Amino acid sequence: MWKWFHKLASPPHFYRLAGLWAPWLMGAALILIAYSLYAGLVLAPPDYQQGDAFRIIYVHVPSAYLSLMAYTMMAVASAIGLVWRMKLAHAVAASAAPIGASFTFLALFTGSVWGHPMWGTWWEWSDPRMMTELILLFLYLGYMALRAAFEDRKRADRAGAVLAIVGVVNVVLVHYSVEWWSSLHQGQTVMNEDATMPASMLTPLLTMILAFTLFFGAVMFMRLRGEILLRETNARWVRRMVTGEAAHG
Amino acid sequence: MTPKQQRMLSVGMLLVGLIVVSALSIGALRENTGFYLELDEVAAGEFPTDRRFRVGGLVAEGSLNREPGSLELQFTLTDTANTLLVSYTGVLPDLFRDGQGIIAHGRMGPDGIFVADEVLAKHDENYMPPEVADSLEKQGYQAAE
Repeated sequence: MWKWFHKLASPPHFYRLAGLWAPWLMGAALILIAYSLYAGLVLAPPDYQQGDAFRIIYVHVPSAYLSLMAYTMMAVASAIGLVWRMKLAHAVAASAAPIGASFTFLALFTGSVWGHPMWGTWWEWSDPRMMTELILLFLYLGYMALRAAFEDRKRADRAGAVLAIVGVVNVVLVHYSVEWWSSLHQGQTVMNEDATMPASMLTPLLTMILAFTLFFGAVMFMRLRGEILLRETNARWVRRMVTGEAAHG
Repeated sequence: MTPKQQRMLSVGMLLVGLIVVSALSIGALRENTGFYLELDEVAAGEFPTDRRFRVGGLVAEGSLNREPGSLELQFTLTDTANTLLVSYTGVLPDLFRDGQGIIAHGRMGPDGIFVADEVLAKHDENYMPPEVADSLEKQGYQAAE
């Protein structure tokens, strides 16, 4: 098990594996997104209160879920990188940040577009769910800015890791904001036994969440390959690969 | 202690410190419910006259009155025991309907009519097709709220 783990963490091995996996993940993600869109926008019935407008849920909820999942992943990878001094872990954290930030923006944007007709407001400054999700976006941006402020990659890794770990508290706050404070945002529907949603509406939502996760995985692997090359520019395996490929091209 | 254990300890202590700090701030935030008032508080006269506040309640059945040819309207908020007349000028949210939970933001007028400059509608975590909601209602369940 440890041997396998160590091999996986070796940059050239992971670089090759990620290259093999990325197109398959992307293909599966695109097929599943197409299915979920059809099932969610065409097959699923309209909501009794919101009519067809509720269908934005099929983008909003998967984006919001990914915004939290990517941050958690960033924080866990940062902690592993700090404690075990694992190069690949810091690369994972650095690669996840821009993807997480994009999905956070998408969650905020779709939420705003949804909130305007239904609740009657684009944005409420005093709302705990909206504020904590906005702080999440700032944490991602702050993490990227902090990293960019260091010339030395090792110091950027360490400083970024501390920020990522500190910010993980906000992930908990986003999740429980609708329970702990009074929010305009309703409570959780998915994985909540007291909430109702028929299978015809819920199934496309779950497959869309899976599809977004696969998409995240594919983009993550592509970004990680770039990040590994940047970090290993002077390593022998990279030089050999570049000259070798150049000879064939 | 090995250097790795030291690093583990410092990451651990960082986390413990964070949990303490956030628990304290959550507690502080929970007490600060702000300018939100329930209908019975407003009915008892416990509202500020010098600034805006929020009041929440349900839209009373059939209480919505529109001024013809304009965006002016009036409706009654109720919590079944107390009522409050609200006037508003503007576009209501799509979810506004009889029995819906509403938050109105504005000031109390001298005539006891609440003048709202913002009306927000809340919905719950339940989604269902209209037919299901209809049949639930026929069986005696209240679908909205």
